[in-house]
Amino acid sequence: MRVSRTRYLTQIIAKVFIWTAALSTIAVMILILFQILSEGLPILSLQFFLESPRSMGREGGILTTIIGTFALILVAIFFSVPLGVGTAIFLIEYTRESRVSRVIRFGTDCLAGVPSIIFGLFGFAFFVIFLNMGWSILSGGLTLAAMNLPVIISTTEEAIKTIPYSYREVSYSLGGTKWQTVTRAVLPSALPGIFTGIILEVGRSIGETAAVILTAGSSLVMPNSLFSPIRTMSVHFYILAREGISMDMAYGTGAALILLVLMINTTAHWLLNRYIRHRAR
Amino acid sequence: MSDKIAIKDFSFHYDSSQALRNINLHIKSNQIFSIFGPARGGKTTMLKSLNRLADLIFGTKHTGTIFLDGMDIYDPKVDLTHLRRRIGMVFDLPTPLPISTFDNVAYGPRLSGIKQKKRLAEIVEKALRAAVLWDEVKDRLHTSALRLSGGQQQRLCLARTLALEPEVLMLDEPCSGLDPISTASIEETLVQLKKDYTIILVPHNIQQASRVADRAGFFLNGDLVEEGPVYQIFTKPLDKRTEDYVTGRFG
Repeated sequence: MRVSRTRYLTQIIAKVFIWTAALSTIAVMILILFQILSEGLPILSLQFFLESPRSMGREGGILTTIIGTFALILVAIFFSVPLGVGTAIFLIEYTRESRVSRVIRFGTDCLAGVPSIIFGLFGFAFFVIFLNMGWSILSGGLTLAAMNLPVIISTTEEAIKTIPYSYREVSYSLGGTKWQTVTRAVLPSALPGIFTGIILEVGRSIGETAAVILTAGSSLVMPNSLFSPIRTMSVHFYILAREGISMDMAYGTGAALILLVLMINTTAHWLLNRYIRHRAR
Repeated sequence: MSDKIAIKDFSFHYDSSQALRNINLHIKSNQIFSIFGPARGGKTTMLKSLNRLADLIFGTKHTGTIFLDGMDIYDPKVDLTHLRRRIGMVFDLPTPLPISTFDNVAYGPRLSGIKQKKRLAEIVEKALRAAVLWDEVKDRLHTSALRLSGGQQQRLCLARTLALEPEVLMLDEPCSGLDPISTASIEETLVQLKKDYTIILVPHNIQQASRVADRAGFFLNGDLVEEGPVYQIFTKPLDKRTEDYVTGRFG
């Protein structure tokens, strides 16, 4: 009787704890969203999205910063995905566990733990100064690519590892070369996992400020090439709030940023589900 | 009839264990040769040695060699993709790729560079008909192969291998998950296919070997104990161990 009562009590306490944990998480999230959106949503209008900022961002919209954000993300993906996916394929399919693969894996694990500002410093010293690319979309994108490479590599590796050996055996037995086997039997099944890595990269890139200021600058001028400096939405938000230029505009940018992230995530999930359903029809 | 396959003093080791010990065996074309014996006797390794899948695994080694139409398949100059198209294999578990039925069967032909839709459709239909699956799947060729039943998946794998138009067909317990009716239809198919192919079959029981095979070889713990015409192996085997196995004393 006593035993069952203690067990019953443990049960209750566990339940209370788990519910509290879950509810507090949701509460914090709602609080943040409410704070930003209640201040920011009233600022939003079509012009806010379609006009370039004027007088340091006090007036006008945020068009150039939206373009800057997308340009930076695209450049980062363009460089990091082929390199990262290629490295992961190399590690899993083309070498066995050896000194080389352990060194590469150790290196990427270390990179993953390096604070982003260090990447910013590296990008500034290497891309901006040494390679003379200046503060530009290219410098910033390459810096973000380097920062996100470990994420892409490890998510791709995990995704490839879940593909059963039998898929490869079947492909070889049907006369496939190694490359055909990787591209036709392994990668299509690993694609959803790789995609998750890319989404993580996009999220981190959107949120990055310090490393971006150091490498892509904070210009509000409309970019016209990969060598133009730009300002991303996060950087814009930071500068507006930090320099006390306009809290209203800062909140507006913040709200737009949240909407953008929501939009990207829903589109990504929609695409992913479509792909999965298409294959498993 | 000539020797399609000649296995000469062939031994195969995995990292820590020997899977095949000094195998010598000749398999003639247009026959069904049955490799049978208890589990872990080296049957699957024997098949995978014939299409060089076994030595993909790191840490394996072999001695001796195998000839296909007089060509040494362990010669470093051998084009493995070509070899594997000549020696098709169906695995012991149904292994459809997570793509449509059509794409599964067209996988091999596409690898070899065939792209025209019409040609692929012909190949797929022919292969599915040969594997006695066409009537069941012709209306859902473009849905996922994972939706087929276990028996259908196994016949799909047979069709996928037939689509390569190989010379040798290796089947590793192709009927293990099948009901008696599907089993009978596969067995009929095999007997029909014999006129175009050399077939090596690991049967899922001795009865199947005696029903369809012309010759049989008994594998036990990596040794080929004896081989000969089916009637001899199953009625008056020369070796005591074969007799014990076929009469059901062990295994």
